Amino acid sequence: MYRIVRAPIDPQELQSVVRKGDGGVVSFLGVVRGDSNEGRPVAGLTYESYDRMALDEFASIGAEARDRYGDVRVAIVHRVGEVPVGDISVAVLAAAAHRGAAFDACRYVIDELKRRATIWKKERYEDGDVKWKATEPE
Amino acid sequence: MRIRVLPFARLHDLLQESEVDLNLPDGARADDAWAALERETPALAGERRSTRIAINGHVEPFDAALTDGDEIALLPPVGGG
Repeated sequence: MYRIVRAPIDPQELQSVVRKGDGGVVSFLGVVRGDSNEGRPVAGLTYESYDRMALDEFASIGAEARDRYGDVRVAIVHRVGEVPVGDISVAVLAAAAHRGAAFDACRYVIDELKRRATIWKKERYEDGDVKWKATEPE
Repeated sequence: MRIRVLPFARLHDLLQESEVDLNLPDGARADDAWAALERETPALAGERRSTRIAINGHVEPFDAALTDGDEIALLPPVGGG
């Protein structure tokens, strides 16, 4: 399951990729914090995405997780638009027969998504200022 | 040839458009599309080094050739998740 949505994410929905025989199911939720990395109070985040490439990238990352960690099921749901403090901006789920592959795959997927997916976030500060924040230094 | 340019994030803010349609001569490369945008918005020059471009959903170098109807996405450094 690879989705980009414009409404609140229900983490339960990602469970639908879990198969009978999956003994380990690991979920990651990215939640909007109330402060930036520099400690500045944030009112919320605004995300923008280039959907066609982002969804392709989600699928590629899922396939790579299988190449690396074996038979694993991956779900990624990313929310875009305005996301308030405390809301989930991204949910990743990985399910496998055993927990090792599930933990490893979940970690791999969120790390790669942050590094590669054509999605951008803008911090909106309490004072009305805004700033686009890249995952890695430019 | 007609090309559609989609600037994202801070490039969207700079160009103040979510979509720019360009008319370019045959044989034009992605470089030429960028130059056309820079003529209208000189501040774009400072963004070139950190921008990747994608043609029809695939990252390409700036010297990639264009075809009529191509969609060029201008991708600043990403920050999802």
